[in-house]
Amino acid sequence: MKYRDISQAIGFLFLKACLAIVLFFLVLIIWDISSKGIGTINWAFLTQMPKNGMTEGGIFPAIVGTFFVSIITGVFSIPLGICCAIYLNEYSKNNWFTRLIRMSIRNLAGVPSIVYGLFGVVLFVQMLKMGTSILSAGCTLGIMTLPVIITASEEALKNVPRSYREGSLALGATKWQAIRTNVLPYSIPGMLTGTILGLARAAGETAPILFTGAAFFIPFLPKSLFSQFMALPYHLYIMSTQHHSIIKVRPIAYATALVLIVLVFSMNLIAVLLRYKLRKVKKG
Amino acid sequence: MNKIKDKLIFFFFLLSGLIVVMLLAGIFYLLGSTSIHAFKEISLKQFFFSDNWNPNAYGEPSYGIVSMIVSTFMVTIGSLVIAVPLGIGTAAYLSDIASEKVREIVKPVIEILAAIPSVVIGFLGIVLIGPIVAKIFHIQSGLNAVNGSILLAVMALPTIISLSEDALTAVPNTYTEASLALGATKWQTLVKVKIPAALSGILASCMLGMGRAVGETMTVLMATGCAPAMPHSFLDSVRTLTSSIAIELGEVAYFSTHYYALFAVGLVLFIITFIINLASDIILHNYQKVYN
Repeated sequence: MKYRDISQAIGFLFLKACLAIVLFFLVLIIWDISSKGIGTINWAFLTQMPKNGMTEGGIFPAIVGTFFVSIITGVFSIPLGICCAIYLNEYSKNNWFTRLIRMSIRNLAGVPSIVYGLFGVVLFVQMLKMGTSILSAGCTLGIMTLPVIITASEEALKNVPRSYREGSLALGATKWQAIRTNVLPYSIPGMLTGTILGLARAAGETAPILFTGAAFFIPFLPKSLFSQFMALPYHLYIMSTQHHSIIKVRPIAYATALVLIVLVFSMNLIAVLLRYKLRKVKKG
Repeated sequence: MNKIKDKLIFFFFLLSGLIVVMLLAGIFYLLGSTSIHAFKEISLKQFFFSDNWNPNAYGEPSYGIVSMIVSTFMVTIGSLVIAVPLGIGTAAYLSDIASEKVREIVKPVIEILAAIPSVVIGFLGIVLIGPIVAKIFHIQSGLNAVNGSILLAVMALPTIISLSEDALTAVPNTYTEASLALGATKWQTLVKVKIPAALSGILASCMLGMGRAVGETMTVLMATGCAPAMPHSFLDSVRTLTSSIAIELGEVAYFSTHYYALFAVGLVLFIITFIINLASDIILHNYQKVYN
């Protein structure tokens, strides 16, 4: 073998090793959590309140809390995100204002999650007097999710062929009529995909809700949007670092982690399947 | 009539764009206006040049963020040392060696890695990676900068892989063909032609990965020990900008100096990530220009 063939063989081996290591990380993470978490999970674990200073019992309030907060996140971010995407793709001209919006979106996407938490404390908890509550936490997560939803919705709008708009306009429709009847219906599945991905990320976030509403332990379910709440990711954080007998509650922490990743993965899976189906429809 | 309605609808959508701009401006403004109060009592010199962060000290509390900045950059650089070669290697594998079928499977699998919540990664740092690190280096606790670096690397990998692969795929085929026609092997073509041609895209992906690592909170909060002191080596416990805010904001009284100081830490963090993202943006923009 020549020198250059050997160097190629070694080089390719290195690249394969890189991929193998990355996949190994992933398998390790999923294997460790599923194998150690599955034993604790049963129907009672998912539907009961925590008991005996959270050393026994289930995680029901955390599941409920995450569910409610995700709804607020969606209510806040989906309409605003989609409207902004419609503006960018349908109305905006190539001027400084459009560039400013795009720059803002890119930067919002890069803002650290804890900084959103600080912003939420000042704006929602204090200035708007919403207190530490589901509402404050949901709105904070909503702002964090906006860039994902805008980007995905704009992509979905972009995929609607120009001719759809032009056909409608040529028949005398106003711009809004053309968008409403000939653009939006075809872009909804794509928007849905992006929205689900955004909400999945929000559901797993901890830092923004640390100070805007998540609570260590509440012995009852949240009564209104202004109550504090328990959330799955925060519960995992508590169970693995803050609890008074950490070793004893380790199985609960593993099971909470498993529930959390199953939740996030299934949301991602739904989004991916939706995208896949969409591609098929388009081709067909 | 219809024209007026259309105009109104236009303004409605324009407004939603405006709100997004105002949100970013609002974050900057509220962080700035809140943290400005901190500097009524803390001197700028102390804040930026002292490595002693001890807000609860009796008599003379001290607010220096140097050790936090050092900690932040230690885990960030540590994570890049691991993630950059791995990420670029994987991206090169996917773009140059993998068959279409392998790529179709592996790409979504790597996306799964990006979907894992940071609190879960932090948890694994405590129960899985930390103990391994402790064993390898023969130390008592594995909750240190090495542990944090490994976990942050795992989190930065999906970003680096996916954007680097895009950059490598975007290199015009003519480049590759010319190189192969001159008798270069595929490996030589990759290293001497494709990677240099895609370098700005790859660099931008690493910058974005870096931005994510600097701003990551839960992972470093849970897995690095968080001792508020100047770290001397990668085996020391570190406390980053993000984890300091996360630890202390829950305990301070609203509107105290300590509270304002934490917002100032947040502002510093915001500015650092802003600069990193802006830089990656500029690099990416220039590189798009080259090919168009």
